[in-house]
Amino acid sequence: MPRGGAPVTSAIELRGIVKRFPGVVANSNIDLELRHGEVHALLGENGAGKSTLMSVLAGIYQPDAGSILIDGEPIALRSPRDAIQAGIAMVHQHFRLVKPFTVAENVLLGARTSWLLSPGRLEAEVADLAQQAGLKASPSARIWQLSVGEQQRVEILKALYRKARVLILDEPTAVLTPQEAEALFVTLRSMAADGRTVVFVSHKLSEVMSVADRITVLRGGKHVGTLETASTDEHRLAHLMVGRDIAFESARAPGEAGEIVLRVDDLHALSDLGLPAVRGASLSVRAGEILGLAGVAGNGQRELAEALAGTRPPTRGRIELYGADLTRASARRRIEAGLAYVPEDRLGTGLVGAMDATANVMLKSLSKHRRGPLLDYRSAARRTKDLVEQFGIKMSSLDAPVRLMSGGNLQKLLLARELSSSPRVVIAAHPTAGLDVGATEAVHELLLEQRASGVGILLISEDLDELLMLSDRIAVMYEGEIAGEVSADDADLERIGLMMGGTGADAPPMAAGGG
Amino acid sequence: MSSELIITIFVAGIAAGTTLVFAAVGEIIAERSGVLNLGVEGMMLAGAVTGFLVNRQVRAPWLGVAAGISAGATLALLLAVLVVSFKANQVVTGLALVIFAIGMTGYLGESVVGVPPPVTFNRIALPGLSDIPVLGRIFFVQDALVYLSYVLVPATWWILFRTRTGLNLRSVGESPETADAAGLSVTGTRYAAVVIGGAFAGLAGAYLSLARAPSWVPNMTAGRGWIAIALVIFATWSPLRAALGGYLFGSVEALGFRLQTVGLEVSTFFIAMMPYLFTIVVLVLISRGSVQRRLAAPSALGNAYLREER
Repeated sequence: MPRGGAPVTSAIELRGIVKRFPGVVANSNIDLELRHGEVHALLGENGAGKSTLMSVLAGIYQPDAGSILIDGEPIALRSPRDAIQAGIAMVHQHFRLVKPFTVAENVLLGARTSWLLSPGRLEAEVADLAQQAGLKASPSARIWQLSVGEQQRVEILKALYRKARVLILDEPTAVLTPQEAEALFVTLRSMAADGRTVVFVSHKLSEVMSVADRITVLRGGKHVGTLETASTDEHRLAHLMVGRDIAFESARAPGEAGEIVLRVDDLHALSDLGLPAVRGASLSVRAGEILGLAGVAGNGQRELAEALAGTRPPTRGRIELYGADLTRASARRRIEAGLAYVPEDRLGTGLVGAMDATANVMLKSLSKHRRGPLLDYRSAARRTKDLVEQFGIKMSSLDAPVRLMSGGNLQKLLLARELSSSPRVVIAAHPTAGLDVGATEAVHELLLEQRASGVGILLISEDLDELLMLSDRIAVMYEGEIAGEVSADDADLERIGLMMGGTGADAPPMAAGGG
Repeated sequence: MSSELIITIFVAGIAAGTTLVFAAVGEIIAERSGVLNLGVEGMMLAGAVTGFLVNRQVRAPWLGVAAGISAGATLALLLAVLVVSFKANQVVTGLALVIFAIGMTGYLGESVVGVPPPVTFNRIALPGLSDIPVLGRIFFVQDALVYLSYVLVPATWWILFRTRTGLNLRSVGESPETADAAGLSVTGTRYAAVVIGGAFAGLAGAYLSLARAPSWVPNMTAGRGWIAIALVIFATWSPLRAALGGYLFGSVEALGFRLQTVGLEVSTFFIAMMPYLFTIVVLVLISRGSVQRRLAAPSALGNAYLREER
């Protein structure tokens, strides 16, 4: 693949972009130059300002200061329509697709074609480009019928249809298996080879190194450097991104796994739509070990976690905690039996956003804070204060609604509440999703401490690096079943990736596209 | 019951249902764009009183209808300003608008309560079509506004599902972010949808005071706007099914009155209650989980859209 051979002409220049949100400067005086025919990676931690900057370029946000130049000409992008007309298309992290519409309808939405819609013609119009975008699904398929990877291809197809010369992809691989990501990289490289500019937003070092020609690193809303991929490496990028060196090795101390504390046998459960989501999952967690559960989002992980926590009735199978059958037990009985649950949506099922920290801490242990028929708010406040100090949670006041807290502190509060009840089994679903490096490390430490003290932990995560770092064993969930399990010591990413993509654990490994 | 009686019930059912059909189709247009217009009842009242007053002044029922449509659209424009531009809560705003309209129309129509209108819409038998056995008598011996509904309902369906305008409108109701990113105007589309929906509600009201029961009585819509909103769910946001449902509900209403004429000793209050009872039954039936999942409510229904939200 030709690298660095692309002509050095600027397609887009961003100069001194400033964007403020109430209480935070998301972009502070950022310069960025994008060239024709390059894949340009925008690297940074959560909250570094990558998405904000790209939303400015896509006309969604108006910058508070700074200018944008296209082919040397200043241009004002007041709306997404302006950006589309200027040839800039963005594939958002949350796809901008109308789910009940067909692929063709989504592609043609907002484009200038005839007023009358005759279904056959719409589909014929997009069929050729669909091939080019690597979309295998029929243009008459409805979006909700497609896999996440295919939906992403529809977004790329939309950009191609609008003759975009600049394609921005915001964290495009977050929802993909490693193999799907490889295939996406091939498509992106071929788009760059056609002279288009591809902006690849990511916080994953290895991906950025494998797909980009040049890499711009943002940190805390500031531009900290633009590097040629050929003349840098992951450690240097990591240093720029985080502002210090980060450890890549496993953080896990060797430990003795004890007896089986949680046993799940042939569990079945339905999704919110009433379709089978967990379809015969079996697994077991021992005392003092972390079982990592990998898988692409939407393969039944959430439903499994909820079935274990007691908020989703299993339709079949068996759940045992310390040998006791809890399959039909209420959530309250499971808590009393020593089960702690850290759900994936902190402010949805985890904490009540409008209530203060004390009330949230009290929620799961109301019986402990009682004075006659009344609540003993004072003892609960004391306990909360202790937890806040012990876990290093930052908050303006104990009486403030918790929704005002940052994601990292919310997660710490949630963990503090769950872990302070001295659980014997912890189910943690995506505990570090959306957290910055510091908060992530704190959460990791908390989980490892629990492991060291003999708690059995089921860690559900989409971040393979995290799973490899923390888990003793890694199980992979695919379409509601456990597709396979590997020991973390001899885990190899390719095998896990194949299982995540539905290729059985025993199938011969196929060559990943491109390489 | 004789077949003659059944035909009479359906003839009256179509007429009674037409009010509901106009209002429900208007509500579908608004809701398909993502705006829950709970002010339908108020917009119908505005259409009814305005239509009646104008007809009384100029002695031209069509001008009355036009005035009623404008009144509904104007009130809807107010709703759009509040919920689309100022992002006020759609439920509270809609309710407030109804209460406002009840008072306002009562005041405006004070002098004409019980006054007979100079001219009204009369039934016209459509030549040819009215000769079709049974169906001809039910569907084609009606007034001009009923015939107008025969045109507007399929036209609305066709625009919603077979034209770019409809695709854009539906995308705004399903996923305003997507519509915005595709360069469509979420605000403009919602304004248009709400105002057109209000125009339909105004037409529904004018139909009541000029054709169905030619007169003005305070609060004469008597909750039909709410039935229309329930009908939208019953019809799963399709104008064609809304027409079907409207005629069904209308027939229930007509049935009640016929029961009296055949000598059944039933309280008028009981009869007046029937369509509403039917509405509750229908709402309970379609609100069951299993049915709910299959319903195609616009995803963004009831939510204001703010581009720079984070």
